[in-house]
Amino acid sequence: MSETRTIAVTVNGARREETVPVRLTLADFLRHRLALTGTHLGCEHGACGACTVLFDGYSVRSCLMLAVQADGHAIMTVEGIATDAKTLHPLQEAFRDNHGLQCGFCTPGILTTLIELLRDNPDPTEEEVRIGISGNLCRCTGYQNIVIAALDAAKRMRGP
Amino acid sequence: MKPPLFSYHDPRTTADVVGLLTSLDNAKLLAGGQSLMPMLAMRYVLPDHIVDLNRVDGLSYIRERNGALEIGAMTRQRDIEFSGLVRRLCPLLHEAIAQVGHRQTRNRGTLGGSLCHLDPAAELVAVAAALDAKVAVIGKGGARSVDFSAFPVAYMTPALELDELVIGVTLPCWPAGHGSAFVEFSRRHGDFAIVSTAALIEEDNNGKVTRASLTLGGMGPAPIRAGEVERALIGEKIEKIEKIEDKRLREICEPLRKLAAIDDIHAPAAYRQQLATVLARRALLKAHARIVARTVS
Repeated sequence: MSETRTIAVTVNGARREETVPVRLTLADFLRHRLALTGTHLGCEHGACGACTVLFDGYSVRSCLMLAVQADGHAIMTVEGIATDAKTLHPLQEAFRDNHGLQCGFCTPGILTTLIELLRDNPDPTEEEVRIGISGNLCRCTGYQNIVIAALDAAKRMRGP
Repeated sequence: MKPPLFSYHDPRTTADVVGLLTSLDNAKLLAGGQSLMPMLAMRYVLPDHIVDLNRVDGLSYIRERNGALEIGAMTRQRDIEFSGLVRRLCPLLHEAIAQVGHRQTRNRGTLGGSLCHLDPAAELVAVAAALDAKVAVIGKGGARSVDFSAFPVAYMTPALELDELVIGVTLPCWPAGHGSAFVEFSRRHGDFAIVSTAALIEEDNNGKVTRASLTLGGMGPAPIRAGEVERALIGEKIEKIEKIEDKRLREICEPLRKLAAIDDIHAPAAYRQQLATVLARRALLKAHARIVARTVS
């Protein structure tokens, strides 16, 4: 019999209370319990970065955390980046405009990683962007347009 | 790729952790989880109990005492990376930590977790060896301090009893004016190094080396301090030997080729031995250049 615990987590600003098996990963909690399937699972052992979410504002791999560890903490997933379902965040707009994705599987992890990067460093160099997303694997784009999109987003977010 | 069944404990004090470790069979400590979680997912470890250290108070700090850095076991690698105190007192650690994993793993990964996991090629393990770190341990028998040279007892096995945990690490810092460098070779950014090198040197006013520390990571189960090279460097002028096409430095670093090295999927032993000589030279030259740069400016 699987041991369970009741946890309360703030996800994208909303408080969610759930009873979960203690071995459930944060990634599976988000996807299966909360139906937030924007968080993707590529490797499930911390190599690909697709499952990156923001944990109290810091990017983490949600496959390398247990859901019970999020009790009392705040999570932001890719669904929470934009202000509402009809609006794109400037970062998302920059990805659309610069062809920063092809299949889109890695995109949620890259967007959440870049939200943190651009918050900490609003005017990054190309090298800083490349190092910043080095923990996220993309098999389609060759990263070129992702880097272009990130730099364009930085410009848009800094404003005129 | 899902963790196996286990019981979960999240104690709030180190005394409670010791109590749990004393009473539970087959328990595993969970620090940052950046190695243990993948090992659980791949079922490399099958613990009956996970004792999570993330809610234990007082294990996260970076402070200076008597010329040494004291860092709590649960201090996140991110906090070490951005610490002004670390940058000022221990540039070697500052340089090495940027090469540990990626932003997302450094946000969770801890110093204590990395040292206890003891991956042979881990950067922080090599830094601890290079600085002659002391590991503060607590268990049911009380607290004790372990010299890092005696901390690795076997492949990925720290010198800890079943009821013990690491609570902090003391890193003796070298005096202002020393030079250091952390140089590693890995196939991709963020990978564990195939071979890594940590070098620290002090020079007198004439540029002669008066003290040296040279550590090779990734060669064997634990980092190796190259005592023979450290001793041979004393009295040498690195600038001078650099000018004669490295010849003397090559000579000094040559014994590294005879170090025992592991042979695995990433590289044959001979390749690691070659890397050891090359990376040691690069690290020593870089450490020296940093002393020169400071003297000139």
